[in-house]
This record gives sequence, C-alpha cells and structure tokens, in this order.
Amino acid sequence: MSDDPKDSPSAAPEPAASSPAPRKPALTAAQRMSRERQQQARRRVLHTILLSGGVMGAALSGWLPLAYAQRQRLRPPGALDEKDFLASCIKCGQCVQVCPVNAIKLADLVDGFGVGAPYIAARDQACDFSCDAVQCILACPTGALTYHKPDFLKPRSGAGLAAKPVLKAKQKDPEPTLNLTERIGVARLTRPESCLALQGKGFKGQARGADFKGRMRYMEVDRWKPIPVADHPYDVPECDLCVRECPVAQAISIETVTLADGRQRRQPVVHEPCVGCGVCEMVCPVEQAAIEVVPREVWRA
Amino acid sequence: MNNPLRKRFGEQILLMFGREPKRPEEGDIAPAAQKIHFFKQGNRDFIAEKKHARAHAVKKNTWRNRRWATLITANLLFVLSYWLDVQLLEGSLTASRFVGFHLIDLNSALQVMLAHKHIIVNLLIGTGTILVGWALLGGRTFCSWVCPYHLLAEWAEKLHLWLAEKKLVSDAPIDRRLRVVFWLIFALLALGTGYTVYEAISPTGILSRALIYGPGLALLWVIALLFFEVFFSRRAWCRYACPIGLTYGVVGIVSPLRVKYTLEGCFHEGDCRKVCLVPHVLDTVIKGRAVDTEVPIGPDCTRCGLCVDTCPSGSLKFDVKGLSKLL
Ligand code: SF4
Ligand code: SF4
Ligand code: SF4
Ligand code: SF4
Ligand code: SF4
Repeated sequence: MSDDPKDSPSAAPEPAASSPAPRKPALTAAQRMSRERQQQARRRVLHTILLSGGVMGAALSGWLPLAYAQRQRLRPPGALDEKDFLASCIKCGQCVQVCPVNAIKLADLVDGFGVGAPYIAARDQACDFSCDAVQCILACPTGALTYHKPDFLKPRSGAGLAAKPVLKAKQKDPEPTLNLTERIGVARLTRPESCLALQGKGFKGQARGADFKGRMRYMEVDRWKPIPVADHPYDVPECDLCVRECPVAQAISIETVTLADGRQRRQPVVHEPCVGCGVCEMVCPVEQAAIEVVPREVWRA
Repeated sequence: MNNPLRKRFGEQILLMFGREPKRPEEGDIAPAAQKIHFFKQGNRDFIAEKKHARAHAVKKNTWRNRRWATLITANLLFVLSYWLDVQLLEGSLTASRFVGFHLIDLNSALQVMLAHKHIIVNLLIGTGTILVGWALLGGRTFCSWVCPYHLLAEWAEKLHLWLAEKKLVSDAPIDRRLRVVFWLIFALLALGTGYTVYEAISPTGILSRALIYGPGLALLWVIALLFFEVFFSRRAWCRYACPIGLTYGVVGIVSPLRVKYTLEGCFHEGDCRKVCLVPHVLDTVIKGRAVDTEVPIGPDCTRCGLCVDTCPSGSLKFDVKGLSKLL
C-alpha cells in the first residue's frame, strides 16, 4: 500500500475499488466508510450549491442594476449607443489613463451599471478636450469608443453632429476640429430659475468654491496644462461662465430672449454644435447647476 | 509520441473538462514503464532510499520565489505605468498596451464578441498576440505567473491548510465539471444579455482594476471568495469556477512548455499532489499509473512549479518539448 491515503485505491490491483467491496471482516469498516462517504457527498452538494449560488448571485448583482438602470450616465466621447457600448467595452480603463483631466471614472458595484464600465460625472470633472484629439477614443482597444461607427451601427437621428466640432483652443491651428462625429449628450438649461444670467446677476469668485477638485485648461493661462478651476476666479458683471468656458466653438451663447409676457431676459442658449462634454455643467456656479448635460440626448431644432 | 502517451494526451484534455482520473489499463502502459513499476514493488532498497531522501529533503522555494517576483512585477508594471505616466504597460489585465503592442485577454475578448455579436477586428491582433504568447508559455501559466487573484488565493490556501491542521476547517472538494458549466453559463449570459456579465465578478479583473485605478466595493466579492476558500473549499474559485482558467487551459493543450514527470526515481509518496492547485493533473505519479517512463503533465497544470520545488526525488521538472532533443 502507498503511504498517501489518497493513493490507496490504486495501490494494489484490487478490482472495483470504488464500489464498497462486500468483504466479510471489513463490514463495520465498510459501513463506517459509506456513512463517511454519504456525509462527504452531502457536503459536496451543499458546497456546490453555495459556490454556484454565490457566483450566480454576484453575477446577477452586476447585471440586474444594468437591466433596470434608471439613471443614465455620460459615457466618454465617441461611445457607441449604450447597449453596444456596454457589450463591447472590455473594462480595461485605457481611456481613463490617457485623459489629462481624469474625467473618466470606472463604475463600482453600487453605481448600478456594471463594474468597471467607464463614465463621466461632468459636475465633478467634465471632459474639457484639453487632450486636443479625443485621446480616449484613440486609446480604446475595442472600438467601444470610436471616431467612426462601423457600418452595421447607424447613428440615431440627432446624435450625429452636423459638422466636426471646432475646438476653440485650436482655432488658430491648421486643423482646428475635433475628430468626433457623434455627441455625448446635449446641454440643457434644466433649472432656469436658478440661472444667474436669467436673474440679471453677475458672478465674482471661484466658480465652485475653494475645495472643488475639478481641473480645466484655460488657454489664457497655459495652452498645455490644465489647472484647478479653484485657481481661476472670476469677476463678471453678467454671469456667462458656461459660455465663456465651453471648449467648442458656437455651441452655446448668451442671448436676449423675449418671454411670453413680453419681458426680455438674458439667458444661455445651446446650439447644434454642442457635443455634451459637460464643461458648462462643471463651471456653473450655482448649486445645483442651472445647466446640465442630458446623457445621450439628441439634437432637436 | 508513442501510443500510451498519445492516449494519455487525450485523457488529460478530458481531465481538464472535469473527468476524474482513471488508473490506466495494463495494456496502456509502455513495457519500459511496466518494468519500473514491477521493479519498485516491495523493493527494500528503494524504500530505504526513499526514507533517507525524504528525511534529508530541504524545502526549496526556487520556482515559487521566481513566480511571485514575476507576478508582482507584472502587476506593479501596470500600476507604475499609470501612476508615473511612463506608458510602458497601459490598461489592465483585460486589455492593455505593452509599449504600443495591444494585448487582449482571451476570455474577455471572447465575452465581448459574444455580447456584441460581432467579430471586433481591432481585438483580433491583440488577442492573437496573447494566444500565441500563452500557447508558447503554457496557457494556464497565466494563472500562476500573472493573475493577481492567484497570489491572494495562494495565501488564503496557506491559511486554510493551517486551520485544517488544527482541525478547525476541512476541505470539501466540489465536482470539477462545475467549471465547464460556469464557462458555458457565462458564455450564454454574454450572448443573451448583450453584456459581459462575467467581467462584473471576475476577481482577476476586479483586482487588476483595483490595483491600478484604486479600490472599490467590488473587492467585497473577492473577499467573499477568499473567505469561502479558507473555510469551506480549498482553492474553490480556481479549481471549480474560473472561466479564464479553463480558456487558458485549452490554449495550453498545444503548449511545448510543461512540467515533465520521470518515473524512474519517483517515490510515489505524493508530496507534489498535496501542494498542487490542480492535483488531478498529477494522477500519473500515483504508484502504477505512469504510462511511460517520462510523462508530460497535462494542460490544466498552471506551471506554478510548486511540485517541482517539493519533489524530493527530482522526478518533476520543467521541460520544453523538443528542446532537450535539440540540445
Ligand atoms: S476627450 Fe475629454 S474625456 Fe477624452 S481624453 Fe480628452 S479630455 Fe479626457
Ligand atoms: S478604453 Fe474602451 S474598452 Fe477600455 S474601458 Fe475605456 S471604453 Fe472600455
Ligand atoms: S454658468 Fe450657470 S448661472 Fe451662469 S449663465 Fe451659465 S447656466 Fe447661468
Ligand atoms: S483560475 Fe482564474 S482566478 Fe485562478 S489563477 Fe487562473 S485566471 Fe486567476
Ligand atoms: S502540476 Fe506542478 S506545476 Fe502544475 S499546477 Fe500542479 S504543482 Fe503547479
């Protein structure tokens, strides 16, 4: 017999080592053996159930919130439509790594839309295109972020941009546009009642307070290096922060609008070139932001 | 390759898919091996030699140390590339770029294509690089030399064994076919939901991302798995569940790099099977089972080298197929 108890059935050439051999002297031992086997089998079933249940439960907790997702999130620029995006993103975070302002975050368990899927929380840190070339798309290995959708995926009507967006920062460059064909969303004045411009007010101070961690590229400060928004205070007689800091040319402007009762007001108006990057939402100094990007919103004239 | 080994090759693949190892028929054992088996039976000199060698065996950790160093370096490279912004190894274990070359994890790529229902051309190059790379290096070599979960599970296993020695826990093996079932379930889930469901719970992906992009609550799942392994079932995730392990196991079928067993000096005391993550691949070391004088260990082996370190008779060695003939 071998020294290793596990090896014993194989050590001697006995027939049918696996079935309880009906040898007379070993009867009680065989009975004990079979009870032990039974117990082992029971534990095996229990642990199989435990492991399978745990794994499937965890898998479901990763997927169910996604299936019932109420809250939409901004995806990085160039993301495919939500379903295709979630299918094709491999959750590598290469998009996260290249972003100079760290706008892209990976979702956690409680975010409710798939562990590891990238998103942008624009109010905390918007994509300000300070990478100049939509680097995140360039980094994506799967085409979940893409400059041009493949033929079998048609852009939704209104999601496509009429023309490639002109980046204000590059306006003097030979190639001033961003290689982006679809918008991330569209900015909307969701809380007009709190908009400072609409109330005829100006703004003085740090847009989001001293503790705000968000960063942005200010062309007048540094062409290449984003700085904290807190380091760039404002003093404007009429609030136009959203318009002033929008990185895309002709996407938003302050206009005089005539209300139904004939009164005239100044307010930000969003135009077709808006790509939904979220800079306006990030810099808007009122709490909560008067202007917000609606994820996956399409342009309606 | 002669006949007994060819037959065993096929059986080793079935073994990986969950079949239990069987004792080979007499006719399936090469005459030379039969001779050694016979020679060892009740051979007093051999038993004395074995006792002596085991009593004087010094514990080596050569391969384990090399492996831990490699595993930690690989994962650290990801972390440092990001934190120091050196663009050496960007991304995480699911997909990365090594000085510009795309590397895409096979299992993740498969999941993505099943969910997306399109062959993503961009992925093919990176997947091809990995496929060829791991096919050369052994397939499940990924498990023990790169996967960050492996290292944690190895430590959890030590804790489990320590507790088991104190009779506080006991290992309950689970049916190994469960891993194939899980693999299929996750493939079907990806196909059915259009979402890479597996990625949400892959401890490999979760840990890799946690290391690089910072910890998250998803780590709770990893902790739960380790807990299960310590208290209920030894190395349960890697043995009975992980689809990545199975995917790379299949890649390893054709791999020239493997552990090779030499029957001649083997004591059949089974120390190797006690340290192995996948002991069924070492069924050949059981007395009377080796079908030839030299038997390559099957594709489910993770090439961790623990058995090579442990073997008191030097019967298990790393080997590159054809290389010894070449030299
Ligand atoms: S396009 Fe925006 S989100 Fe993408 S890398 Fe550039 S700044 Fe970051
Ligand atoms: S780079 Fe692409 S695949 Fe990787 S996490 Fe970002 S979107 Fe997903
Ligand atoms: S930044 Fe906000 S408050 Fe100021 S004009 Fe724009 S929307 Fe109104
Ligand atoms: S089986 Fe899975 S978790 Fe275990 S080491 Fe291999 S890849 Fe990692
Ligand atoms: S056979 Fe040896 S090298 Fe392979 S997994 Fe087992 S202990 Fe590791």
